[in-house]
Amino acid sequence: MDLNFTPGEQAFREEVRAFLERHLTPPMRRAVLEGLHVPPEETVAWQRLLHAHGWGGPNWPTEFGGTGWDPVRQYLFEEACAAAGAPRLLPFGLKMVGPVIMRFGSDAQQRRFLPRILSGEDWWCQGYSEPEAGSDLASLRTRADRRGDHYLVNGQKAWITLAQHADWIFCLVRTDQASKPQAGISFLLIDMKSPGVTVRPIIMLDGGHEVNEVWFEDVAVPAENLVGEENKGWTQAKFLLGHERANIAGIGSSKRELERLKRIAAAELKHGRPLAEDPFFAARLAQVEIDLMALEITNLRVLSAEAERRTPGPEASLLKIKGTEIQQALTELMMQAVGPYALPFRVEALDGAFAGEPVGPAHAAPLAATYCNMRKASIYGGSNEIQKNIIAQLILGL
Amino acid sequence: MHFNLTEEQRALAETVQRFLAQQYGFEARRTILRSAEGWSRETWGKLAELGLLALQIPPEHGGMAPAAIETMVTLDAMGRALLVEPYLSSAILGSALVGALGSPAQREALLPAMAEGRRVVVPAAGEAGARYDLSRVATTARRGGAGWVLAGRKAVVLHAPAADLLLVSARTAGAVDDAAGISLFAVPARSPGVRLVPYPLIDGQRAADVILADVALGADALLGAEGSALPALEAAWDLGVAALCAEAVGVLQATLDATTEYTRTRKQFGVPIARFQVLQHRMADMLMHLEQARSMSYLAAMVATADDLKDRRRKLSAAKVVVGQACRFVGQQAVQLHGGMGVTEELPVSHCFKRLLAIEASLGDTEHHLERFIMEGR
Ligand SMILES: Cc1cc2nc3c(=O)[nH]c(=O)nc-3n(C[C@H](O)[C@H](O)[C@H](O)COP(=O)(O)OP(=O)(O)OC[C@H]3O[C@@H](n4cnc5c(N)ncnc54)[C@H](O)[C@@H]3O)c2cc1C
Repeated sequence: MDLNFTPGEQAFREEVRAFLERHLTPPMRRAVLEGLHVPPEETVAWQRLLHAHGWGGPNWPTEFGGTGWDPVRQYLFEEACAAAGAPRLLPFGLKMVGPVIMRFGSDAQQRRFLPRILSGEDWWCQGYSEPEAGSDLASLRTRADRRGDHYLVNGQKAWITLAQHADWIFCLVRTDQASKPQAGISFLLIDMKSPGVTVRPIIMLDGGHEVNEVWFEDVAVPAENLVGEENKGWTQAKFLLGHERANIAGIGSSKRELERLKRIAAAELKHGRPLAEDPFFAARLAQVEIDLMALEITNLRVLSAEAERRTPGPEASLLKIKGTEIQQALTELMMQAVGPYALPFRVEALDGAFAGEPVGPAHAAPLAATYCNMRKASIYGGSNEIQKNIIAQLILGL
Repeated sequence: MHFNLTEEQRALAETVQRFLAQQYGFEARRTILRSAEGWSRETWGKLAELGLLALQIPPEHGGMAPAAIETMVTLDAMGRALLVEPYLSSAILGSALVGALGSPAQREALLPAMAEGRRVVVPAAGEAGARYDLSRVATTARRGGAGWVLAGRKAVVLHAPAADLLLVSARTAGAVDDAAGISLFAVPARSPGVRLVPYPLIDGQRAADVILADVALGADALLGAEGSALPALEAAWDLGVAALCAEAVGVLQATLDATTEYTRTRKQFGVPIARFQVLQHRMADMLMHLEQARSMSYLAAMVATADDLKDRRRKLSAAKVVVGQACRFVGQQAVQLHGGMGVTEELPVSHCFKRLLAIEASLGDTEHHLERFIMEGR
């Protein structure tokens, strides 16, 4: 056993850091480091910049234009990007539909779709959930009926993250009404510009617009947009969910947020002394830092097992639960750190370009909104209750 | 010992609940929140008609104080309805301060008007860097002109945009964190030199930072004796903590009710999700938090104005700790059990969640009261 990164891995990390130092401009970093809104154009611009450097697919094999990095290098890359305040890369193309197309897609689909994900030309969104099919995904009802060379799609998807910017949506649809729930599902790629697709915003509790309903009304989808075999979509869905959870521990971003919390605690005062020196607060901060330290090693254990076995196992559920608990605890402590100034809620102050009159310290402006928003983390991507069911069934065999 | 309400108290509770259920539903409240002022003068007028703005005001000024239980049942009902009007700030804290510090003339000028809903009077005590310490005051008041000149900045003044009059704590002597040397001034919100930076809080209630740029006041602006306002501020805050605990219990009850109701009707895997034992246990935990909070809100109501300072403070801080933890747990779990619907603004649950969050961080957060509990026990 050796918990140190190899000299090669350390050199790699230095290379990534040097790259970030050179290419991430201070305005690009600022939004992420200060917890402000990152405009969608910035996310795309960052994908393009990475692509120009040959790093557009950090988790992709070289045969599809990716970097070919092993899980440890992927992790080091993500960690360095998060620490530097790089915009988060969109997972929908890179980590979700991309791997599915590589594994199950036709040559034509691979040639058509994969390069445009790397280059940032196509923005993808994930169309799995429906109003009546959340945790019980297999009960989904959006239907696709074969009509010659195309499918006719009807139904409604819900909670679709950033669908308002998306060019494409990958959907689970029911192609066989008669068979058992998991059996009649297919994986279909749908152009968001198709006639009959409607996107309606769902406003979140922090006032933000990041999720949407997507409605399909007699949408004609070419049959060539089916990925893999008809009625075998559940296999692909499970494959994808494993990948979706693989980096869900969010160690890199939690480390960055921990540093932000420490900066805030050093700047805030309690009884005229820095809050960081307050024993009550210091103990709570230390607890999160310790939890994160443990999770980082657990994460590396899972990654190195993954490097050997190649597909992420049910251990990813553990990472998801602990990772989101830590993310949420950090937002809670940041809010608590600023006392009464946590409560003012000015949406406009979350925009990096905000030039209005500040109230309270600048670091306080986004904290309440972020705390509220991050409640989503234990709900999406398979709720934490569902993840515990997976641990109980698949790891413990109960 | 008993925990029963009198006939009159029960009738009052029912009246307030019925009024709010009829006139202050989820949609009506939303409309109020979205209005320019962010509160309803009409509702305020009705609260006055029901006598609810007079609960902290002595009978000689048109009120019915002392009314600890009446205040508790009123705030419980307001909590259930997520009332956003300046009740805590004006009808509780404002009334208590004017009552405690005002001269007979000041009381006569203000209290009847407050009871009738004609004047909104809110304290402006917080400052940047002070967190929840009432004694850390950098705003100054010096003698000048016909009376006093105030300079400084007050932070996160709840309902300041709604206020006719601000009760500003300012230092007339001593160092920034001295307990002595703090005085209270009645500052008309539209005085020259007073500027508000208004904003909504996370729960939708309105507040402002109040900037005082050499505000000239008459000699009669001082409330109480010069330099000795802190005990009255602390007493008002203790009363406020009791009120906030009662309000929290109302919100917690509404939050738990919404969650049991939702999980009974929401189906996944072919059954109502309330059938899943892990969720049943979660809701059992929520109920236990609620009941512990309710017990402490009773204790808080009973000791809110007690004379034994140490005992009063310890008990009120204990209550705020139990209630604050309940706010945290019940709020978070209610959202969690609603799944995606919990993080939208569409259902009452997220609005309850945000009010619970604000309550936890008002008049001293859990950590502040934990510390005060320890200190007062020494
Ligand atoms: C911000 C956000 C972004 C999202 N983005 C996307 C997206 O881009 N694409 C997409 O397809 N979906 C997305 N989702 C949907 C997400 O995957 C679902 O919300 C999630 O699966 C939960 O489903 P639900 O909301 O219907 O809650 P429900 O399934 O109704 O769950 C409600 C509660 O019941 C619990 N529960 C359910 N079943 C069980 C059980 N068997 N045992 C114990 N407890 C149980 C849950 O844990 C939860 O606490 C997003 C959701 C959110 C909140």
